[in-house]
Amino acid sequence: MQHHTVLHVLAKLLIPFVLVFALYVQFHGEYGPGGGFQAGVIFGAGFILYGIIFGKEAALHVAPPKVIYTKAAAGVLLYTGVGIAGMLMGGEFLNYSVLLEDPIAGQHWGILLIELGVGLTVASVMISLFLLFANYTHPEIPPED
Amino acid sequence: MLITAIGVALIRSLFAAVMLYGIFSLLTATVFVILDAVDVAFTEAAVGTSISTILMLSALSLTGARMEITERSRPILALCVALGVGAVLAYGLSDLPLFTDPFNPSNLHIVPRYLEVSPWETGIPNVVTSVLASYRGYDTLGEVVVIFTAGVGVISLLGKFRRQARGEN
Repeated sequence: MQHHTVLHVLAKLLIPFVLVFALYVQFHGEYGPGGGFQAGVIFGAGFILYGIIFGKEAALHVAPPKVIYTKAAAGVLLYTGVGIAGMLMGGEFLNYSVLLEDPIAGQHWGILLIELGVGLTVASVMISLFLLFANYTHPEIPPED
Repeated sequence: MLITAIGVALIRSLFAAVMLYGIFSLLTATVFVILDAVDVAFTEAAVGTSISTILMLSALSLTGARMEITERSRPILALCVALGVGAVLAYGLSDLPLFTDPFNPSNLHIVPRYLEVSPWETGIPNVVTSVLASYRGYDTLGEVVVIFTAGVGVISLLGKFRRQARGEN
């Protein structure tokens, strides 16, 4: 797919919109349909489009595996961290109302943060799945190039 | 939907089967929209239609797109069991309350409380989000951990081979 000019131009046009739409779904999930899971999947799909069109080397350059793996773990840690923060502030695990003075603001921020954690983990797991599949060469069959 | 489902089961070319599966998933998403479950439809369209199709295609690029021709067996017993279970389920369906019945038990238990109180308790207009993230926070945490575990599993399966191959070269 290295020499398809039309695909390159179209993908360059599309990818920013896909990524911005993912962020919109991420942070607008409280008001409209959507949330961390969907946003993560859309973000991952946008990135996978980049990987398909521009090749896996370019994709690996943008997203080195270490960074992606760290983000996947960071998402889970952010989620549990918010839960434990609730415990430390004197509530139950994953009780957001105690996070801030105003319980409603606490709920708001708690949900925003855990959705961010969900989005991080889902997006990076999707991206790493794709990269691993694309990068996989069978041990017995030498790669073609 | 029925046609695409049968097509997936019957067709020999795996590439066409993956494409039919994507179409099936998109049709399912439209059904969810008709049922006013926009969040679920969104998820189905994003996960079922785009990501699963891409992942299955990349799996196909590793395994090859043709199914091996296997000998056609005719498992009469399995067919009888499947038909019997289907008949029992269909019989059980007749006892369920009507789908849109506002007084059926699943709509009376905790749903009214969520609908009436959650906007004031959490300050969030989308009830689906507040239920998923706040009331059912444990479930969602579990889901995230499941996804993370799946990712770690694939990384440890496929990532290891990659390093071995590179080491041999």
